[in-house]
Amino acid sequence: MTDFTKIDEILSSFEDKSCLIPILQRLQEEYGYLSIQVLKRIEEKTGMSGAEIFGVVTFYAQFRLKPQGKNMIKVCHGTACHVSGAEKIEESLRQELAVKGDEPTEDGLFSLEKIACLGCCALAPVIMINKKCYGKLEQKGIKRVLSEYK
Amino acid sequence: MKITIGLSSCGIASGAIEILEAIKAKFSSVEVKHVGCIGFCFLEPLMEIDDDMYGNLTPDKAIKIIDCHLNNLSLDEPQIDKATLLSVQERIVLRNCGIIDPESIEDYIGREGYQALAKARGMSPDEIISEVTKSGLRGRGGAGFPTGLKWSLAKKQEGSKYIICNADEGDPGAFMDRSVLEGDPHSVLEGMAIGGLAMGGDMGIVYVRAEYPLAIKRLKIAISAAEDKGLLGDFKIVIKEGAGAFVCGEETALIASIEGKRGMPRIRPPFPAVSGLFGRPTNINNVETWANIPWIINEGAEAFAKIGTEGSKGTKVFCLAGKIEQTGLVEVPMGISLKDVVFGLGGGIKNGKRFKAIQIGGPSGGCIPEELLQTKVDYDSLTKVGAIMGSGGMVIVDETTCMVDVARFFLNFTQNESCGKCTFCRIGTKRMLEILTRITEGKGEPKDIDLLIELAEKIKVASLCGLGQTAPNPILTTLRYFRDEYETHIKEKRCPSLACRNLLIYSIDQSLCTGCMLCAKKCPAHAIFGEKKMPHKIDYEKCTKCGLCASLCKENAIKVR
Repeated sequence: MTDFTKIDEILSSFEDKSCLIPILQRLQEEYGYLSIQVLKRIEEKTGMSGAEIFGVVTFYAQFRLKPQGKNMIKVCHGTACHVSGAEKIEESLRQELAVKGDEPTEDGLFSLEKIACLGCCALAPVIMINKKCYGKLEQKGIKRVLSEYK
Repeated sequence: MKITIGLSSCGIASGAIEILEAIKAKFSSVEVKHVGCIGFCFLEPLMEIDDDMYGNLTPDKAIKIIDCHLNNLSLDEPQIDKATLLSVQERIVLRNCGIIDPESIEDYIGREGYQALAKARGMSPDEIISEVTKSGLRGRGGAGFPTGLKWSLAKKQEGSKYIICNADEGDPGAFMDRSVLEGDPHSVLEGMAIGGLAMGGDMGIVYVRAEYPLAIKRLKIAISAAEDKGLLGDFKIVIKEGAGAFVCGEETALIASIEGKRGMPRIRPPFPAVSGLFGRPTNINNVETWANIPWIINEGAEAFAKIGTEGSKGTKVFCLAGKIEQTGLVEVPMGISLKDVVFGLGGGIKNGKRFKAIQIGGPSGGCIPEELLQTKVDYDSLTKVGAIMGSGGMVIVDETTCMVDVARFFLNFTQNESCGKCTFCRIGTKRMLEILTRITEGKGEPKDIDLLIELAEKIKVASLCGLGQTAPNPILTTLRYFRDEYETHIKEKRCPSLACRNLLIYSIDQSLCTGCMLCAKKCPAHAIFGEKKMPHKIDYEKCTKCGLCASLCKENAIKVR
């Protein structure tokens, strides 16, 4: 990536150092993840140290350092989901999509991540794809949910 | 004819948008009002026509119901008994949830909205604080610090104060803050503006977790509507989105996060009231606390203090989740018994299973067993039995849930979320998690229980913030009330609840298996073999114990022990 115009435009819309988290959020929204080039550009433009920026990026669960698939599947592992079979839901999803860890699927359609709690506990177990929640899931219903995105 | 549809996250996840679109397509002249969550999440998606409420809807059902209402036809669709579901409830925080359109400021104003703020403008700061103090309101975020006292400490400081709303609802199992923000955002904004008048502050910040996109959207709409109408006066409110860190629910960590830093707690004093955000005096209350304020100012401190118990005044919103029939949101007077919550409002345990425990207070809380179900729900009674009020998440578990696994689950959570600043929390939670993991894998040793207790006691006293200090609670309460489960795992290498995967053995009952081959075809590990129409068998070497076969088998032939 050599074109920094978009990054610079975003950076200039923020005022000071206390905006680092909104800056990172905005840039991640733009690019899907935070590449080393993006982080280095923030360092150059804001004068914050790379260590400081990287420290913030790795502290918060929201930030990703690797590209993600087109659709992000968040599997809720809150208490209610855990006791209602979240592990099995995640396992079925991983088998169905053949995804390991935080790598996207081969076709680039999906990425999968664990989430501490989505706050839809009454409908456990729950997953969120992009910004849409799916509740009361069963292992055998996984295929149907995924088919909406294929 | 007045039609309303619940459009909060749980309603939408259950298909409310599809229903709304179907209604719009079919009846172009019918107007549908959007409301937040009334709390009957187990019945979502919900629709109300005049005073008749219907649940578990599909687009077809909804159209049929409206059609019958429009044409005065008889209807065989069962109605929801709203009065019974709301009967024990007393709604202060949820007073508007499920009733008003959260995106309409007129709706909020129509229900006494912003009248408390107008009234507060006619009061002196001390009068406002005295009213809050007299009400007996205690912080609803977890620790239960008296709100009036907190405000008076901030007011004493020189200069303008930051007024912060903590909407970083990180406790797994709690979603009342999301529901309030999605269903009645103005009540929180009004509360904060009153706080600003009382403590002397013109800058409000709502720190809300990024996992709640709908709450953020409705907050933004509410803030701009209130500003457009000039209702907030000089009081400015901005939103700061969290980035996913449980520890940011702690006040000093939250402040660090707003400042753009890693959200790590620091030693107090100085307390935020003295030196908080950017070194300025700061007051932080949680969503539910703020939503109480307008009601207290409108109705008076006495009205609030009349509800509840001696040490815990008012009402509390609880989120009911887990293995109960009626999951959702309830608001009850403090002092109600746990039994009334679980078996009354919660409708008892799902699928005829047996109640085992109620987990209250999230990762900082504890598990309360059946014999203590008479315990009253108030700050002090819950602390006495080893749990905490916390934010009010209640997850009910049945006989199929393993309590060692529940403890392991919470430790996994706190260990992941520990910011790493203090050794006891960073390494102690790791060691406790390792011990719990080996117990659930059948590798536990008899000395492990003592080791867990020793670590737990030390982590409690030596950690800097609430996260570490309370992280051992799930272990200590499960050990206190369910020690036999730990012992069975350690001595017999068996999980009595059949939940710990490594200890399970799946087999096929040869007399029940019809050889339909469904399980053999679906088994991801190809561990099931046999001839068509003949009983099948499981290859234990290959079996990964995922349980898919048991969920698929129509003959119930897959047995687990």
